Amino acid sequence: MSDGAPTLASAARALVVRDLRLLWRRRGDALQPALFAILVVVLFALALGSERDLLARAAPGVLWVAVLLSGLLALDTLFRGDAEDGSLEQWRLAPVPLAWLVLVRTLMHWLTTAVPLLVAVPLLAELMYLPRGLWPVLLAALALGTPLLSLIGAVVSALTVGMRRAGVLLALLALPLYVPVLVFGAGSVAQAAQGHDASGGLLLLAAGLVLALVLAPVAAAGAIRIAAQ
Amino acid sequence: MPDAPPAPAPLIDVRGLGFARDDVPLFGPLDFSVEAGEALLVQGGNGAGKTTLLRALAGLLDGATGEVRLHGVAAAAAARAGQVAYLGHLPGLKADLGAVENLEYLCGLLGRRAGVDIVQALGIAGLAGYEDTPARNLSAGQRRRLALARLWLSPAQLWLLDEPYANLDLPGIELVNRMVRAHLDAGGAALVTTHGAYAAPPVRTRLLVLDRAEQAA
Repeated sequence: MSDGAPTLASAARALVVRDLRLLWRRRGDALQPALFAILVVVLFALALGSERDLLARAAPGVLWVAVLLSGLLALDTLFRGDAEDGSLEQWRLAPVPLAWLVLVRTLMHWLTTAVPLLVAVPLLAELMYLPRGLWPVLLAALALGTPLLSLIGAVVSALTVGMRRAGVLLALLALPLYVPVLVFGAGSVAQAAQGHDASGGLLLLAAGLVLALVLAPVAAAGAIRIAAQ
Repeated sequence: MPDAPPAPAPLIDVRGLGFARDDVPLFGPLDFSVEAGEALLVQGGNGAGKTTLLRALAGLLDGATGEVRLHGVAAAAAARAGQVAYLGHLPGLKADLGAVENLEYLCGLLGRRAGVDIVQALGIAGLAGYEDTPARNLSAGQRRRLALARLWLSPAQLWLLDEPYANLDLPGIELVNRMVRAHLDAGGAALVTTHGAYAAPPVRTRLLVLDRAEQAA
């Protein structure tokens, strides 16, 4: 057995290479979540008028909601393609744990949908007149919060993977679970804006991320097994 | 061969395998075993449960009753991963990836048989010259051949082939038969479903007829 059975590392590499190649083939799609978030923020900025103070005060909430909604839109692509072409069946037949493949796939999905968005966040913050002193807190909260949203979303997405069209149901299931992330994420920026220490919210986000990193892949793998009967 | 040493445990041994959907039994309970170097042809009309049987054997289906032993060792559904190669209606090919890229991905996930490389497998499957063609530009028959190339690369001893002849032309059917024969000669075993007897691999074959919950072996 010169090539041997796949290890955790080699299976992850195969999945990462595949996702990067697919991303390159459809590179236009990768920018869509970021463009969507920019549009939402622009709409808010237009609707709220040009009062600097009002925009700056609304900024943490608006930015977080924009990021959350664009993540929600991208969520459906997490497992759907793999469910439709039979890839998920082959994942289940692979000699590595399904939860591991789910974790790798979720992190790749986060990397390809949320990270372009994080890059665009300074632009969005500028649109909302968010004081530059708050950027580090905002970016830290988003850097901790978006992978957490992806992991929670993975469980919901796995639950609905057996359905042909999950659109609104996906949102109805995911949004209530997103609430704590939104509260602590936007809350930490708002705290910092009032001159308080923002580390409490950030630490809670970090704790949630660690918890989700361990539990969400297992739950999502179980959901895939049930959904894809 | 008289006085041969005790035969090794069959590659797959199934006792009392049954499956019911919404309390309506679909097939079984079935008892059969397949030894190395043997093929089991599963026949039955549409809806007789051929695909469900194969999915249950692959461990893709929860709720099947009965016991499955691989190499004489009881194997729960999850424990069968990596020991079987399943070729279903959906082969798991990504439409945007080329033939070689698809095989690299699936081999990275499922493992690769020693001594077979990807380009060679594509040649055997009759896809030489299509190495970089995205799967979406291949015909249904060519995609099936690509799935067969993946099967050829699989390190698993037990092949579960669901309607492997679908969409294939005559040389393609011949290709499936050649691959199954070579696999059995190398000590593997195969379960092949088909809705007719028009194309059976010319090997030591047993027949399992699924006829609305009745069986023959």
